[in-house]
Amino acid sequence: MNPVLYLAQRGTALILAVAVTIHLITIIYAIRGGLTAGEILARTHGNRWFLSFYLIFVLAAAIHAPIGLRSILREWAKWRTRSLDMAMLAFSALLLVLGVRAALAVYLA
Amino acid sequence: MIRNPHLKPGFLAAMLHRLSGIALAIFLPMHFIALGTALGGADSFQSFLGATHNAFVRVAEWGLVTALGLHMALGLRVLAMEFFAVRERSAIVVSACVACSLTVGLLFLLNGMV
Repeated sequence: MNPVLYLAQRGTALILAVAVTIHLITIIYAIRGGLTAGEILARTHGNRWFLSFYLIFVLAAAIHAPIGLRSILREWAKWRTRSLDMAMLAFSALLLVLGVRAALAVYLA
Repeated sequence: MIRNPHLKPGFLAAMLHRLSGIALAIFLPMHFIALGTALGGADSFQSFLGATHNAFVRVAEWGLVTALGLHMALGLRVLAMEFFAVRERSAIVVSACVACSLTVGLLFLLNGMV
């Protein structure tokens, strides 16, 4: 793997390990007895800590996932042309746009 | 004794790590789109959540939470191997990763039923 991509994936993996742990604890705690939109938005609306945390989470995931997917597609699908990099860049941009939109949606709602 | 290399813990760990990663990569955009419905207000968000209250979605959510826990645990194993040269007891470590992720999945499933 390209050294820059390798370092980017391992670096974001460390960030995601912390973020995923916090996220899993939060959802397991929050889901007790079911979950309503009001309960979710009461925690997230106007909460800058929440917004900052999830923007970092989204950025790390938008870097981490396409690099991992790229390795799998190169190995399993033998897709090794420049178009793979373009497709993974597009996937990264999609995750970033949708992720930032989602974080802002529950922050602003 | 000749062992099937596809049954070795390291191979199974790599396969589970990849498959859980693919599942998460497919799920993530849909998860973000779902949360984005909050832009339409609490009512719009609630009507989406209401539509997900069925057994099929519940099982899918359990699978994804388990996949998230599994991908993280197996990813930490990879980091430990690469940065701390930890290579011993891989069968025990891989089993522990799977057990941790199943525990996280069960906690999620059971907590939602309380």
